[in-house]
Amino acid sequence: MALVTYRQALRDTLRAEMLRDENVFLMGEEIGLFEGSYKITEGLLKEFGPRRVRDTPIAEEGFVGAAIGAAMLGLRPVVEIMTINFSLLALDQIVNHAAKIYGMFGGQCSVPMVIRTPGGGGQQLGATHSQNVELFYSFIPGLKVVAPSTPAEASAMLKAAIRDDDPVLFLENLALYNTKGELPAGTSSDAGAAVAGGSGGSSTQMLIDSIEPAEIGRAAVTRPGTDITIIGYSRMAQVAAEVAETLAGEGISAEVVDLRSLRPLDRETIVESVRRTGCAVVAEDDWLTYGIGAEIAATIQEGAFDWLDAPVRRVAMAEVPLPYAKPLELAALPSADSLLTAVRATLRSTGRLAALETTRS
Amino acid sequence: MAETTKARPRKTVRSKPGSTPDTEDARDGGETGTAVPADRSELVGYYRRMLLIRRFEERAARAYTEAKIGGYCHLNLGEEATVVGLLAALRPTDYLFTNYREHGYALAKGISPERVMAELYGRSTGVSKGWGGSMHMFDAEARLLGGYGIVGGQLPLATGAALAVSYKGGDDVVMCQMGDGTAAIGAFHESLNLAALWDLPAVFVVINNGLGMGTPVEASSAEPELYRRGAAYRMESARVDGTDVVAVFEAARTAVEHARAESRPYLLECVSPRLRGHSVVDPARYRSKEERQALLDQDPLAAFAARLERDGVLPAEDRAVIEAEVAAEVEAAAAFADQSPAPDVSTLFDYTYATPVPGELRRLPADPVFGS
Repeated sequence: MALVTYRQALRDTLRAEMLRDENVFLMGEEIGLFEGSYKITEGLLKEFGPRRVRDTPIAEEGFVGAAIGAAMLGLRPVVEIMTINFSLLALDQIVNHAAKIYGMFGGQCSVPMVIRTPGGGGQQLGATHSQNVELFYSFIPGLKVVAPSTPAEASAMLKAAIRDDDPVLFLENLALYNTKGELPAGTSSDAGAAVAGGSGGSSTQMLIDSIEPAEIGRAAVTRPGTDITIIGYSRMAQVAAEVAETLAGEGISAEVVDLRSLRPLDRETIVESVRRTGCAVVAEDDWLTYGIGAEIAATIQEGAFDWLDAPVRRVAMAEVPLPYAKPLELAALPSADSLLTAVRATLRSTGRLAALETTRS
Repeated sequence: MAETTKARPRKTVRSKPGSTPDTEDARDGGETGTAVPADRSELVGYYRRMLLIRRFEERAARAYTEAKIGGYCHLNLGEEATVVGLLAALRPTDYLFTNYREHGYALAKGISPERVMAELYGRSTGVSKGWGGSMHMFDAEARLLGGYGIVGGQLPLATGAALAVSYKGGDDVVMCQMGDGTAAIGAFHESLNLAALWDLPAVFVVINNGLGMGTPVEASSAEPELYRRGAAYRMESARVDGTDVVAVFEAARTAVEHARAESRPYLLECVSPRLRGHSVVDPARYRSKEERQALLDQDPLAAFAARLERDGVLPAEDRAVIEAEVAAEVEAAAAFADQSPAPDVSTLFDYTYATPVPGELRRLPADPVFGS
């Protein structure tokens, strides 16, 4: 076991995949000479050269579309869009082309590419640089959308995304880059291959090499519990874990489901969990209306209505363009406190919180 | 206005990066663009392919009015010389991206009329198995990498395909066809810029038929001589009379050879009026009766036939034989399409993802997500 940051897990995974497969290459704004706006690609231009680490103009539609075209001919581009806010400039290419090419040509041509892009508020970046618009992409059949919350998951899902034959939106959150997590010690055959490929990497790189690719479309019960299900993804899965820990100290057993994949969505894991616990809170780091939480609440309604002891609550960002001023921004963003409040309210409405409080007193 | 006939060049006008293109020269020149005469069988081959596209499109228009074909249907009528000339300059292994006006390109790339017509009819034997229709034909073997319905959407894709060719070290060329309306969108600039920056073997071909739907090119592009935009990207470019198949072939050959030999992009503009409206259902009311008649009088297919007859390349009786053969071929295509089965509804969920995943909904409108 070793503690690594989310950032390093991504970097070492990109490197491992580039060593493993000559067809994997990177393109995006400032990923080469500048070594990445968030330093995910640090050192990679030096190691792989400009053929495989390509700095692009600030022109998302053009370079995202170029990645799609390259993928159509069998390359495996990993595109970095500096923030998800800028992905909107490439919306036509992502939605009308990456997502549709396999279907509209009758399955004759797939688009094996990855778009990595960070999002999230909390950095005082103002309205156009703080959005999480994963909903736009999660809506589209033909796209896959993943949002891992820990370094180990990030590595496993990035491997899966790169090896997948479909276009995958790989969502990161600025707040996660410096978070640390443990990498499991493993024995994957990839480890030896990377070393043989001349990586001569660090012990962390060896651990990254040993991580098995995740199965896209599977959620994880990251903490089992019996009193309530908290469902989150990306940063909010981490917040949910924190809240569950707090609740555990009070004798409340919360189950945490980390969605990991927004499309396809693992409805079975969500519904099974809620059937066990009888109530649920969904935590999302984007706007409420028409959101991912709405889809999950509807899923629970259809799959676990008879098991519910309370309405499903949703915790989401305030429905405003995110303001710059710190107190306003903090008030708008979902947090451990806001999630805790929602969880307590749900437990109270089931009668369980009162029962637990009675038991304790 | 009389479409773009006034501005149509009499020969190819070329522009090298750093030089100022001179179109006055082109307008005043008396040449026909047949600088290098093709041999007889080549010329007859051009004629046969042009005729096939003409008869195919006329048949498609009829099938559309009979409701055998749905959706939109954009025909290549009047653009046959451009289509055939361009494709004659490509090797079979070169790639082609097109916009939604693509039937002729599919035929000229060597795809059988049966499979193209079957796609228009929405049949499983169609070139895209009935999933694409008129605007989305694709054939990996023929290296037709798709027709695209969003104006300019194919430009970034073609740029990326050229990147892949270059990345792998091959010497194939990617040709990317588009209409004149495309020159106004951002993807045009972004793609040409990227292709030039990265030295990619892409030939961008603008079919300037003078109208983006009903809007004259002069009303949508600040520089209506679209090939001049190549200068902004230090890209070689040229403008050619798209009604002259030999001139188009020569210009396209120059462009393709440049892309292949130098691994550099090229911008080629073919001035090529369409004979009819934007699509089958467009009566082209934005043209006067006189304009429409003038276009028919300048029909490039008829002009080419007359020229071949005059030059003794293709006498009228031989042309009649070709005419009969092509007519039979097109009727056979329509019959094949008519008799082909529609795609089975059980295949509805087969083409959303190439790598199947858990959790993917295979749900018809009234089906529940959970249980039955």
